Amino acid sequence: MPIITQAKSAAVVVDEAKCIAEKGCTVCVDVCPLDILAIDEGRKKAYMKYDECWYCMPCEADCPTGAVKVNIPYLLR
Amino acid sequence: MSGSDPKTEIIETDLLVIGGGTGGPMAAIKAKEANPKLRVLVMEKANVKRSGAISMGMDGLNNAVVPGYATPEQYVKEITVANDGIVHQKAVMAYATGSFPMIQYLDKLGVKFEKDGSGEYNMRKVHHMGTYVLPMPEGHNVKKVLYRQLRRLQVAVTNRYMATRLLKGPDGAIAGAVGVNTRTGEFLVVRAKAVVLACGAAGRLGLPASGYMFGTYENAANCGDGYAMAYHAGAELANLECYQINPLIKDYNGPSCAYVTGPFGGFTANNKGDRFIECDYWSGQMMLEFWRELQSGNGPVYLKMDHLAEETISEIETILHTNERPSRGRFHERRGNDYRKRPVEMHISEIGFCSGHSASGVWVDETARTTIPGLYAVGDMASVPHNYMLGAFVNGGIAGADAAEYCAGVDLPAYDEGFLKAEQERVLAPTRRGDGLTPFEMEFKTRRLVNDYLEPPKVTAKMEIAQRRFAEIRDDLSELCARDPHELLRALEMQTILDCADMAAAASLYRTESRWGFYHLRVDHPETDNENWYCHTMLYKDEQGRMSHRKREIDPYVVPVEEEEMAAYHQLRVKTPVAAE
Ligand code: SF4
Ligand code: SF4
Repeated sequence: MPIITQAKSAAVVVDEAKCIAEKGCTVCVDVCPLDILAIDEGRKKAYMKYDECWYCMPCEADCPTGAVKVNIPYLLR
Repeated sequence: MSGSDPKTEIIETDLLVIGGGTGGPMAAIKAKEANPKLRVLVMEKANVKRSGAISMGMDGLNNAVVPGYATPEQYVKEITVANDGIVHQKAVMAYATGSFPMIQYLDKLGVKFEKDGSGEYNMRKVHHMGTYVLPMPEGHNVKKVLYRQLRRLQVAVTNRYMATRLLKGPDGAIAGAVGVNTRTGEFLVVRAKAVVLACGAAGRLGLPASGYMFGTYENAANCGDGYAMAYHAGAELANLECYQINPLIKDYNGPSCAYVTGPFGGFTANNKGDRFIECDYWSGQMMLEFWRELQSGNGPVYLKMDHLAEETISEIETILHTNERPSRGRFHERRGNDYRKRPVEMHISEIGFCSGHSASGVWVDETARTTIPGLYAVGDMASVPHNYMLGAFVNGGIAGADAAEYCAGVDLPAYDEGFLKAEQERVLAPTRRGDGLTPFEMEFKTRRLVNDYLEPPKVTAKMEIAQRRFAEIRDDLSELCARDPHELLRALEMQTILDCADMAAAASLYRTESRWGFYHLRVDHPETDNENWYCHTMLYKDEQGRMSHRKREIDPYVVPVEEEEMAAYHQLRVKTPVAAE
C-alpha cells in the first residue's frame, strides 16, 4: 500500500528568534527521550518533527536560550 | 534507507548495561566501584542525560526503609501482603536491607531529600501499615547526579542505540547484544561477559483513552524492549498477568499524585466528595475499589485538595509542578483546574507491565540474576515487586556488584554469527520495502486491541479473540515499512509491543483464578484459588519457539506472615463513607 502524509499540529514550539541552532546548538534534539526534535537544514532552527511527544520537558528545561515551549498535545488538552 | 549490506561495528566489553535511566546507571556505577578495571558500557536508546522514568527527577521515595520508621522485616511483610503473598521474599529483603545505605549513598552524591530542622529524614505515611514515603521537593537533579558519577568512574556510554536482541554463547550463557543506531540505522554489536537489562516498563502496551499514543504514564520510550529481549533469549518472566494499572489524572495520564498530597491531607474522593478507600497506596485492591466506585455511578473519582489551607496547596503545587512531571501545572492551567477550587478528575489508566507498581517482570532472584547465566535484570522490568525508583537503584547496585564478580570468573564467550546475520535481516526488513503499513498504524491497532480485549475484568473468550487478532498483526509484519531510521526505531518498538501484548494475553489465560484485586480479575474464575495458584507463573519461549508456562513454587518466607495479616489489603473500602471535612 502506498504511504500518505497527514498534517498534525506541533505541541512543542521553538521561538526562532531565540534559537541559536545556527551556532551549532543541538541541546533540545540531544536530550529528547523520544527523539522527535530536529534542526531544519535550511533555516538552521530546531523544530518538532514527529507528533510523538511525552510532554516531559527536558527540551525546554535544558535549552540555553529559553527558546522551547512545550504545550500539552491537543488530544489531551 | 538503502538496502545494501548493513554497516556493523563489533566491540568488546566486560559488562554491558542496556538502559541508562535509573537502575542501569547504578548497575554501571556499582560494578565500577567493585572493580575499577572492569570495562563497563551503557547502551541507551535515548540519551543518558535525560532518559528513563526519572528524566525530570522525582518528587519522593515511595518505599524508603529508614531506621526508626520501619524495619526491613516490616517492609517485607507489607509488600508480601500487598501482593497477595506471591513474592520472592528474599529479593524484597535484599531491597529492604539495601534501601537505607542507598539513600545515604545518593545523599552523599548530592541527591536532595527532605530533612527536618535537625537533619533527620522527614518521613511520611501513605502505605496501609508502615511509614515509607520520603519527599524530595528538590529532586529534580537526580539524573545530573547519576551522570556526573558515570563520568567520574569512566563508564563508557553509547547514546541513541536501541538494543534489539541478546547474544548467547555456545553453552547458553550471555555473550552480548545487538544494537542499532536510531539515527543512522548502523549496527553496534557488543560482545560482553555479562549483561544487565535495565530497559524500564512496558508502558506503551494499552492505548491511553485520549487516543494519543505517546500520552502514557511511563516514559513512552519504555515500551517493553527488555521483556521482549529477555523472552527471545529464553529467560523466564514471572506473573505478567499482574498488570500495572494506575489511578491517574484523566487525559494527562500522569500521577495526580496521592503520595505527595496524602501526607498533606489530600485524598481520593467520589463525586460526592466522600472518601471511599482507606489508603491511597497503589495496589490491585485499591484499583478494584476505584473501578467499583466508577461502576456504581459514584464517579468520576477525584483527588480532593480544595479543603486544604492556601499555604499547604502552594507547597503541593511547588512539588508537583517542578518534579517528575512538571507539565502537570500546564495541563491544569489550560483546563482551569485550580487545586483550591476544584478537585482533579482521575481515571483508570490503560494496562502495562511494570514491577514498580505490581509484581510482574523478568524473573530475578535476590542477586538480580535472571534464569540465563550472566544476564541480570533490574528496575521496572525485573520481578521484584513495588520497587519504584529506589528499588531500581538498590537492585541496580546489587546487579552491578554481582556482575563484576561474575565477569572475573568467565572468558568472553563466542557468539553465533548466523544468529547475528538473521537478526540484522529481521531488523532491516521494514527498510527494504518501498511502501506498506506504517509503524504508527500497526502500533495503534495492536494497542487498541489490547484495550478492547485484555483490560480487566478479564474475559476468557475476549482474550482468545485478542490472540487471534495479534496473530493477524504478526502476519502483517511482512508489510511493515520504515522509510528512515526514526521510523525503523518505531517499527522495532512496535514489534516489541506486539510481543508484550501476546505475553499479556497468554499469561492472563494461564492463571485460572482471580488475584491482585483489579490487576488479575478474571470473570470466569472470580475466586482466589490458593490451592492451585499460590505460586509464581513463569512464561518462557520453549525449544520449539512456542510461548510456554510453568508454575514456580514460592520460596519459604524469610518473614512469616499470619493469615489475618494477609487480608489487610482486602479491607481497603471505607465501611461507612465519612463526609469530607
Ligand atoms: S536547545 Fe534551544 S537554542 Fe539549542 S537548538 Fe534547541 S531550541 Fe535552539
Ligand atoms: S517534551 Fe519531552 S518528548 Fe516532548 S519534545 Fe520535549 S523532550 Fe521531547
